[in-house]
Amino acid sequence: MKEEFKVISKFIEEKSRVLDVGCGDGILMEYLSKNKVVDVRGLEISKEKVKKCLSNGLTVIEGDAENDLKQFPDLSFDYVILSQTLQAFMSPENVIENLLRVGKKVIVTIPNFGHWKVRLDLLLKGEMPVTKNLPYQWYNTPNLHMCTIQDFYNFCNNKRVNIYKSISLNGEKISNITTSNLRYKNLISELGIFLLEK
Amino acid sequence: MKNIIIEKTLKLDCGKEISKFPLAYETYGNLNEKKDNAILIFHALTGDQYASGINPITKKEGWWNYAVGPGKSFDTDKFFVICANVIGGCMGSYGPGTIDPLTNKPIGTNFPVITINDMVNAQYNLLDYLKIEKLFAVAGGSMGGMQVLQFVSNFPNKARVALPIACTASHSAQNIAFNELGRQAIMSDSNWKEGLYDEKSTNPDKGLAVARMAAHITYLSKQGLQEKFGRNLQERSDLKFGFDADFQIESYLRYQGSVFVDRFDANSYLYITRAMDYFDLTKQFGGNLSKAFKDTKTKFFIISFTSDWLYPTSENKDIVIALNAIGADVGFVEIKTDKGHDSFLLDVPDFLSTIKNYLNTTYSNINERRI
Repeated sequence: MKEEFKVISKFIEEKSRVLDVGCGDGILMEYLSKNKVVDVRGLEISKEKVKKCLSNGLTVIEGDAENDLKQFPDLSFDYVILSQTLQAFMSPENVIENLLRVGKKVIVTIPNFGHWKVRLDLLLKGEMPVTKNLPYQWYNTPNLHMCTIQDFYNFCNNKRVNIYKSISLNGEKISNITTSNLRYKNLISELGIFLLEK
Repeated sequence: MKNIIIEKTLKLDCGKEISKFPLAYETYGNLNEKKDNAILIFHALTGDQYASGINPITKKEGWWNYAVGPGKSFDTDKFFVICANVIGGCMGSYGPGTIDPLTNKPIGTNFPVITINDMVNAQYNLLDYLKIEKLFAVAGGSMGGMQVLQFVSNFPNKARVALPIACTASHSAQNIAFNELGRQAIMSDSNWKEGLYDEKSTNPDKGLAVARMAAHITYLSKQGLQEKFGRNLQERSDLKFGFDADFQIESYLRYQGSVFVDRFDANSYLYITRAMDYFDLTKQFGGNLSKAFKDTKTKFFIISFTSDWLYPTSENKDIVIALNAIGADVGFVEIKTDKGHDSFLLDVPDFLSTIKNYLNTTYSNINERRI
């Protein structure tokens, strides 16, 4: 399983209710339901992936976060997970608001556009960055709203969203992000993983 | 033909009471020792109890032969599948074609108007008869899906899994309109005789055939029709400037109408379409569909089809939304196909394999947890 998922599953307490938004093939869902005895649901936009999840007996709904989160009542989940999809939404702001409405706690992972390789691509080559985590060209990328770990911190501060925990992921290296090392972590992290609370 | 006589009085929604009435059914596969592998399947408007294999009456394939059988979606090597003919039907269950012992003639339009709720309550007796305490699943498409919803609402913890397919919780104006068109076709046939026709000689066949033709169009998609028939001509090289079936689609519809009258009773068509029109689970619960499923522990899997305009995805999704509003366990997928509403009856591999895997995995998950 991906390092990212290991970090996410550590955030989650046993016997809780979890919604995985953009659950993909359901790998994290399966891990959580087996190892954490959680009641886990998924929302996924790809028909193929939804069929795969359902075939594995997972409870997944075909839909997208921008339209289909509405149907979940306030605070109906202990945790809502959004892994590396925030940047693909038309309105990440509304999605985050909805996640915080539905979940008591929210786990968000973002690919960090502040990583040094990304910065170098633009600085030296003068081209839009193409990296392992962001493999698309500018003309076919689904990522409409890229942000950096610093941007996400600022966003949470402005929205008065509490960042409970924040983790930097660089390859397989896991470390904590704090206000004092934020500038540095924003340079070296490929992913940022955040546990949020309204 | 298997049937039970239901002695217990059933109070119908119309206020009338029925008792000592027959319910015809068929089963496939074997009930295991734990009695935890039973699946109750509900049929759609023109279906019957013969879901799988060869229908012994029509000698044609059962209506859900693609889905029910050994190694199929509802794997009869593994599950015990039960299917009953709905009351109001014409394949052995109590319906307008049943002979009234007092007059020795079919009951005809003296048969009470029935609802989906009545159908489901009648079938519940079959579970008592078969001594099945808890079903593994209830499943059905179209009107069968409506029965699934009603069943779970009436008996919240009788089934572990519910599969309502291509259905709705509230029959739409458009669907009522199509049903009314069919009924008018039957009732305006001079052979209908206010429903008191003698089944053996003069049936309102023409009316029933037109009803079937109109309905059949609604089961298909525009794209599907275009691809299958286009403007192809029927066994002729040019237009004949008359009203014969010049086009293949005309010939196809006429054929569908003509074979239907051989196997279906016109009055049953009236009663069953009426039951569908009256179906409004939302209204039964004061406008809040979620309340219909309050307390249910049943795991739902709802399926719709992209090209189904009769029971479109939006109406299926309304059920998903109502279930999510109360935190029920509900999965949902819209299957991509151009086969229209009929998709659930046809060879749509994605659909068939997803159900198969879902049922098999869920069944073993439930068993693992129990150990």
